Amino acid sequence: MQLMKRIWIACAVFNLSTQAALAAGGGGEPIVIVADSRKLTGIMAWWANLYNESHVYFTLLTIIIIPVIGVIFGLLADLAMHFVGIDLSSRDLAEH
Amino acid sequence: MDWLYILMPIAGVKIFWPGLIILGVGVGVIGGFFGMGGAWMVTPGLNILGFPMAFAIGTDIAHMAGKSLISTLRHGKFGNVDYKLGFIMLVGTVVGFEVGAQMIMWLERIGIVGPVVRWMYLMLLALIAWMVFADVAKRRRKEREALAAGKEVDKLATGLEWHKTLHRIKIPPMVTFKQAGITCSAWLPILVSFFTGWLAGILGIGGGLIRMPALIYLVGCPTHVAVGTDLFEVMISGLYGAASYTYKGRTELVAAIIMLVGAAVGAQVGSVATKYIKGYGIRIVFGLAVIGCFISVLLKLIPTYYPPLYTICDVSATILILGLVAAMSAYITVKMVQGAAREVAMKKGKTA
Repeated sequence: MQLMKRIWIACAVFNLSTQAALAAGGGGEPIVIVADSRKLTGIMAWWANLYNESHVYFTLLTIIIIPVIGVIFGLLADLAMHFVGIDLSSRDLAEH
Repeated sequence: MDWLYILMPIAGVKIFWPGLIILGVGVGVIGGFFGMGGAWMVTPGLNILGFPMAFAIGTDIAHMAGKSLISTLRHGKFGNVDYKLGFIMLVGTVVGFEVGAQMIMWLERIGIVGPVVRWMYLMLLALIAWMVFADVAKRRRKEREALAAGKEVDKLATGLEWHKTLHRIKIPPMVTFKQAGITCSAWLPILVSFFTGWLAGILGIGGGLIRMPALIYLVGCPTHVAVGTDLFEVMISGLYGAASYTYKGRTELVAAIIMLVGAAVGAQVGSVATKYIKGYGIRIVFGLAVIGCFISVLLKLIPTYYPPLYTICDVSATILILGLVAAMSAYITVKMVQGAAREVAMKKGKTA
């Protein structure tokens, strides 16, 4: 229960700070970058088109994909290290 | 050799993808070992590979979030992450960062942002390097004195003991951080994180470089817990930064994913290396990294006063940073391999 409360507080802080940062903005003309999807095919073309169509969806997908890929690659590296025979669950060294 | 290059869908530039993997491995090792994002190393690297600066920063932050997640999970299993401390510090960091960012806007308006930021960064790096090596020297003196008296110095003894003075300030509420093994006023981590967040906001950096020593010298965390807890914060701030930069259209996810392939391996190597290297060993290598960062910032500052030296200073700074990344990641990897080989041999010895 306490963990849930902590996670909720962390999410609230993250959400508020994101909104504040996005709302803060700045003066001047915003620079618009358009991805050139003409030379691209398949998933790369879809990705470039998503960027051109909606930065919101593009952002949402990016921040979902990064942790997921991080976890997958991390688990794969874990498996490799387990295979070598390294203990990945404890650290005996007690040093400041 | 065209297959060695990949067209980035958003930035529209062709990039040498093995370079991204190598860079990912290097900064993954260093990040997992020291508990920092390492933007000061990655951004120039990406820039050299051909990314425009705006995309270099956004892509670096995006890969940093994934890499820190991997390292945090590993450090968490080693018991190196104090989540309670991490969450409390997160509040101070976010508020401090926003105050720092607003201050930068103000400095920009009065036209002195450039020199103030650069000199402040240099002074801060000099202070951190001094702290680390003064601490190491003091701890060695303690060891020598103990040896002369025929005793052995306590494993948990430290050189600089500022945190002990700060722990005596008992303003309620008092909190205990089990993983870090400290009890102090809740205001201590809040104020320290506000201060480090403020500095990070002013300097425009992630803050791991400042937070890690602050956790050790001001909050009083053991080195390994400081590394793990700092990575937890880098992970959250990395996700926040990735969201912010991506929304502004400055993230190349394809490059970040390719870097993550290397960083996933590197982060595991760096994190596992902390199993085999003592706390003070980590502090010494960290101090050397800070000195390298100091010299690279200095090299970038010199052309402001002597413009003809721009090219030579810029090239030297880049060589220094990439050389430092290569040397440190090689050292950490060797130490990890040696430690793992010892562990595996010991296990075999026990079963035999």
